[in-house]
Amino acid sequence: MVSKITLEVFRYRPDQETQPSFDSYEVPCEKDWVILDALNYIKDQIDGTLSYRWSCRMGVCGSCGMMVNGEPVLTCATFLNKFLPGPVKIEPLEHFPVVRDLIIEMSDFIGKLQKVKPWIVRKEEKSLEDGEYIQTPEQLGDYKQYSMCINCMLCYSACPVYGLEPEFVGPAVIALAQRYNLDSRDQGKGEREEILSQDDGIWQCTFVGECSEVCPENVDPAGAIQRYKVAATNNWWKSLLMPWGKSE
Amino acid sequence: MFKSSRFPIYYKGHPRMFVKDKPIFWWALKWVHARFIIRELTSVPVAFYAIILILQIRALSLGPEAYANFTNWLKTPLSLSLHVISFLFVIYHSVTWFNLAPKAIVIRIGKNRIPGLVITGLNYVAWAIFSVAIAWLFLNLDNLM
Ligand code: SF4
Ligand code: FES
Repeated sequence: MVSKITLEVFRYRPDQETQPSFDSYEVPCEKDWVILDALNYIKDQIDGTLSYRWSCRMGVCGSCGMMVNGEPVLTCATFLNKFLPGPVKIEPLEHFPVVRDLIIEMSDFIGKLQKVKPWIVRKEEKSLEDGEYIQTPEQLGDYKQYSMCINCMLCYSACPVYGLEPEFVGPAVIALAQRYNLDSRDQGKGEREEILSQDDGIWQCTFVGECSEVCPENVDPAGAIQRYKVAATNNWWKSLLMPWGKSE
Repeated sequence: MFKSSRFPIYYKGHPRMFVKDKPIFWWALKWVHARFIIRELTSVPVAFYAIILILQIRALSLGPEAYANFTNWLKTPLSLSLHVISFLFVIYHSVTWFNLAPKAIVIRIGKNRIPGLVITGLNYVAWAIFSVAIAWLFLNLDNLM
């Protein structure tokens, strides 16, 4: 006999109510089920009005992040039986406005991400005849970790600074800016600095470290931010001592 | 319901989005958040030390009598207890700071990254050396002059 487990799911239906509430659903706790399987079971068998995002079911697309018992996790990568005997509380990601049920509004994150130009910026493109941009394995190693980010925004939900100051650029955006800053082919450091070194950039971070704790891809955004702080401080000293030199 | 002040850019087309209120004591609900607030609070004792130092220099500039008054105040129970509390907070601030150092500093020798423990360790060693040197300097100031 498969045991059962109760899910207490956050519901918010803006067309019917002004305040959210919790609905309880009892689902089978299959051995190999993740939280997302249980939500799909609810949607298919119990209540088709439940809304949430998911796509890949394998920790790649980054769309299934939710708060499970108060912790931000990928629901497709979190086993259900870990929470026996239950109940399990499922809520939308913390610190974001809720559109409906478990669906959050993410344009704040996307807007900030675009601002730091998360692509390779070249002042001048090499001509085709000059061949490709060569990169050694060590140079790749410098930024590879940051390139693993799947934009799941768990780190934003974990960050108390972002919770208090929604203007804060935030962990993943800074890690992704560093992904390109540390890429030997990139020349956009200076353009990104405007966003990263402003008041709502790196200096808002007081190094709580929770972003790195919850990151499912081991991106270590906390490390990226602190490394950028050191680099920005060095640049500041350089521009103070050698005002004629150009910062990169 | 929706707090327009918190997310002004959302408000325009979506007046019906739900934003959770933060209760005043939100940080007390989770240990990591409490730790975060305690660390933020350690900035107060750090500022306290700085102010004491400035007042001390001011007293020094006002002459021997003012300085004696100031050092007498330093010996009062109030000042002593403030110092003990501040000391604990500042130690907490420094220890957490040093433990985080390896995240910020990446040093490579050849192709290998120096392990975090070594970086933390070097920071502690430097801290100890500086503290001992400063203490020695002050305790021997009379002999040196
Ligand atoms: S840094 Fe990690 S937690 Fe943050 S969005 Fe990227 S993958 Fe998710
Ligand atoms: S569904 Fe794609 S990461 Fe979970």
